[in-house]
Amino acid sequence: MLKINNLHASIEDKAILKGINLEVKAGEVHAIMGPNGSGKSTLASVIAGKEEYEITEGNIFLEGEDIEELAAEERAHKGVFLSFQYPIEIPGVSVTNFIKTAINETRKAKGLDDMPAKDMLKMIREKSELLEIDRKFLSRSLNQGFSGGEKKRNEIFQMAMLEPKLAILDETDSGLDIDALRIVANGVNKLKSKDNAVIVITHYQRLLDYIVPDFVHVLLNGKIVKSGGKELAHELEAKGYDWIKEEVNA
Amino acid sequence: MSLKEKLVSSFMAFEDTVDVHSSVHDIRTEAIKTFEAEGFPSKRQEDWKYTSLNSILKHDYSVFPKHDNDIEFKDVKKYFIHEIDAYKIIFIDGKYASHLSQTTHDGLDVCLMSAALTKPKYKVIIDNYFNKIAKKDGLSSLNTAFSMEGAYINIPKNKVVEKPIQIIHFSTGNEAAVMLQPRNLIVVNENSHVQIIERHQSLTDNPVLTNSVTEIFANKRAIVDYYKIQNDRQSASLIDNTFINQKQESLAKVHTFSFGGKLIRNNLEFYQNGERIDSTMKGITIIGDKQHVDHNTLVHHIEPNCESHQDYKGIFDDSSTGVFNGKVVVEKLAQKTNAFQANNNILISDKASINTKPQLEIFADDVKCSHGCTIGQLDESAMFYLRSRGIPEKEARALLMFAFSNNVLDSVKIPEIKNRITKIIANKLGVNIGFDL
Repeated sequence: MLKINNLHASIEDKAILKGINLEVKAGEVHAIMGPNGSGKSTLASVIAGKEEYEITEGNIFLEGEDIEELAAEERAHKGVFLSFQYPIEIPGVSVTNFIKTAINETRKAKGLDDMPAKDMLKMIREKSELLEIDRKFLSRSLNQGFSGGEKKRNEIFQMAMLEPKLAILDETDSGLDIDALRIVANGVNKLKSKDNAVIVITHYQRLLDYIVPDFVHVLLNGKIVKSGGKELAHELEAKGYDWIKEEVNA
Repeated sequence: MSLKEKLVSSFMAFEDTVDVHSSVHDIRTEAIKTFEAEGFPSKRQEDWKYTSLNSILKHDYSVFPKHDNDIEFKDVKKYFIHEIDAYKIIFIDGKYASHLSQTTHDGLDVCLMSAALTKPKYKVIIDNYFNKIAKKDGLSSLNTAFSMEGAYINIPKNKVVEKPIQIIHFSTGNEAAVMLQPRNLIVVNENSHVQIIERHQSLTDNPVLTNSVTEIFANKRAIVDYYKIQNDRQSASLIDNTFINQKQESLAKVHTFSFGGKLIRNNLEFYQNGERIDSTMKGITIIGDKQHVDHNTLVHHIEPNCESHQDYKGIFDDSSTGVFNGKVVVEKLAQKTNAFQANNNILISDKASINTKPQLEIFADDVKCSHGCTIGQLDESAMFYLRSRGIPEKEARALLMFAFSNNVLDSVKIPEIKNRITKIIANKLGVNIGFDL
């Protein structure tokens, strides 16, 4: 699904990613953990195509295709989805209209007609039930005045609607109380299949109790310094990151 | 001969067509003297520092369009808010077009300035209101000197006018260049409510210069909702002088949507003569090419416990230029005034520019006055957010610009106007995003 080779990326000549290697296969869940400033969000943004970052070395392949020259929207059309840590407020554009636009633009890019209104409504109803979102919420302006939990739930709702091949959840657990966390994780789990893959970026192991990863990677100073199974997350929770730093320095 | 000389010398010819013994004509005679002394404004004047009229004054305008020009409704239907029933006062090249209009004298007067200025039954109103609030500067005086035609609206006490009133000035371009000087008088009496939509539209690419004066009187507890749709061709320029006199507890709201035209200058002035008055002015400006839009506003807080709200948004592309000059005066007596002013702008191109200048003159000590202006670019993180959802760059840009200006549309009370404006915006931004914004 996703293959990253020796990826280096910088912003304003400051190197952030310094040689990332990562392979994510269909059906897998990968967690990327690491302390603040280690480059986790940068990695997510670079995969999704944020233009401020310059890729100085290495490649990103999605299903065998090199995507680093593609614009963010083209990557989205190919099935990349990024759930934002800080979703943007768009006054005057409702959640429903926004998601309709996103879906129909994606269909347009694939040479398809707009999704029939009836199908769209049915899908919106199904996916909003999955995330326990009520009707009124859907007619509100996108993210405007949403609580932290509502914003994240709305991100996962969009993911459910867009049905991506590769979903990257950037700090989706931050700002969520335990009930919201459970709803969001439950949504992600129901959307998971053998044909798609999920990358969960998080500080804490908490979310990983609900979205259980197949692999856990530790990102430190722009490199993946350690990979393991889900037990690695528990170890990090218990012991922090210092022991890994020492291991790396040794 | 300069345009000024031409206008001054035309005044005598104009006098042949009007009753020179009327009191109105004394006002005209006084006004032409003022114009002769002051002329057109120049960039040396503080209020005109960023707007030069030179490029639009150079044409050889015909001052009194000669022909009786006709147009068919089907050809201009799109300029009407035709989805709703409305009173209509329509002019073609400055002349009243009865076949396009729907006026009334049934319980209220929605008719013509030419009638009001000449017929005895309107004399009391004209004596009380005509030219009482218009500024005595060069441009307004020029309009006053040639004042003859326009809209006359008089709403009696306790009347909620259900249908909005549309005032449209068409210019056909049948003459090489035309100067128009419409004069409107609107009197809204106690407890009455009226909604008015004004538009100036030229139908060809021949130059048009409109120097319009509108006087609005909102008496005790009156509500006036005024919408100005400025989406003319790039051969047309507009100087809009609107003066609003408010009595106690009245509410006057003016929305100005500036999307088209070569040069637009809006002089919009509110005078609060009473307590608990609310004055609101909002605007969206979206322009490109070499277009120029200048908003020059004044709120004069004269008495205590009044409010004013100003919210202007601007989006400037290509080599377009904008000006916002918002003056708020709070007199010594006007304690407990709440005055808010915001002007936010986005420059899309490196060559576009905006000069924004709040001017607060506060002589009272117990007031709340705030002002803020911003000039920025579109937020790159927001762009990335939209594009990461599969929305292409152009559409993403349009959505953000729409979101930026959206709160100005919130206070538009006629849904058909809101639809029209959002369509114009979508069209202006060159997108079809699959739903009505």
